Amino acid sequence: MSRSSMWEAVGGIVRRDLLLAMRRRSDAAMSVFFLVIVVSLFPLGVGPEPAVLRTIGPGVLWVAALLACLLSLARVFTADYVDGTLEQMVLVPQPLAVLVVGKVFAHWVISGLPIVLLSPLLGLQFGLSGESLGVLVMSLLLGTPTLSMIGTIGAALVLGVRGSGLLVALLVLPLYVPVLIFGAGAVTGSMAGIGAEANLSLLGACLVLSLFLAPWATAAALRIALE
Amino acid sequence: MLQAVTLSCRRGERRLFSDLTIKVEPGTLLAVVGENGSGKTSLLRIFSSLLPPDEGSILWDGEDIHQLKELYSGQLTYIGHLNGIKDDLTPLENVMSAINLTGEACSRTAAQEALEAIGLKRPVHRLPSKVLSQGQKRRVALARLWLSTRPLWLLDEPFTSLDAASTGVVTQRLHAHLQRGGLAVIVTHQEVDLPVERVQRLRLTG
Repeated sequence: MSRSSMWEAVGGIVRRDLLLAMRRRSDAAMSVFFLVIVVSLFPLGVGPEPAVLRTIGPGVLWVAALLACLLSLARVFTADYVDGTLEQMVLVPQPLAVLVVGKVFAHWVISGLPIVLLSPLLGLQFGLSGESLGVLVMSLLLGTPTLSMIGTIGAALVLGVRGSGLLVALLVLPLYVPVLIFGAGAVTGSMAGIGAEANLSLLGACLVLSLFLAPWATAAALRIALE
Repeated sequence: MLQAVTLSCRRGERRLFSDLTIKVEPGTLLAVVGENGSGKTSLLRIFSSLLPPDEGSILWDGEDIHQLKELYSGQLTYIGHLNGIKDDLTPLENVMSAINLTGEACSRTAAQEALEAIGLKRPVHRLPSKVLSQGQKRRVALARLWLSTRPLWLLDEPFTSLDAASTGVVTQRLHAHLQRGGLAVIVTHQEVDLPVERVQRLRLTG
């Protein structure tokens, strides 16, 4: 097992998943639409008072981003499980955890990155300042990969279970809470003038921790699912 | 050499087989036959390391496969009863991504030749796989055999939904693999048209 063959395998997975997403754009667009709709409904619902919107803005944006991530989780492994590609993935001479990282990366590019890129535009609706928008993007850039990483553990655990969508939410939401608190906290902090560094550092720590642990947990769950 | 030592397997309450000991030498094929539900696929999955046996172990060249892990995965090509192909990709993309997944490079020409070898003509290579027939999808999955350099092949019902001509082609490919000193374990309902000295039959009674 050489290093180049490992890259070949991971690159192969990423390429294939991105190609599949290109062929089924509607699937990929769903979570982005969900985010846009939820975030746009809030100003309509609570009224146009700028002070109120500015207060709830970071929280609403972060909750919507989190739910949009959750929505796309069910798709990560289901198709591979049903058509047998997952068996092939488990039986390759590379460590499964490394392939899982490739899989999560592709999933993040498809469903997380658009959220990050779109967030400044959505933040404008809530009257966030330029600096806060920067912090929002930064916090989502650190936070959404963490959400994908943690989420895939849940997605792998419920493979082959009926009504798995709700079960994933139950499993994963408690683990999402710290990310949500630090993420929304970073934006609120920058608005209040106390700085976002502390929260952003914590988000970074969450990302590193999940990068390190989640792939192993996911790999173990996948093996159990295939038995 | 592939060995199963005092293997037993239970699915739920049912005992599928127990105390199964068998040896597959290089250059030979083990054909697992038996009724539906007698544990053929479970046995193949145990051989592939997807399913851990309840008791006993599988040895590859004398070493336990659960110790060898990825080293063992590098020795085998497994084609289960699921084809492992994506409906939204073309046959060509499917073959190439399946080979990439194993950590090997696969050129477009090599993939095309493999698909042609199993009787899928060029125009079909560019269609999305969802429009293919069952037999054609099976052939896309089996095309990997023409690109595989692994010594051990594990095939679950390779001939299902194949026509007579394709069955012959796949059998020839299996023969060539055995002649090169490869091993194969296949689950099948059909007689395999290979020289008698190369085939070992195992009947599971369930």
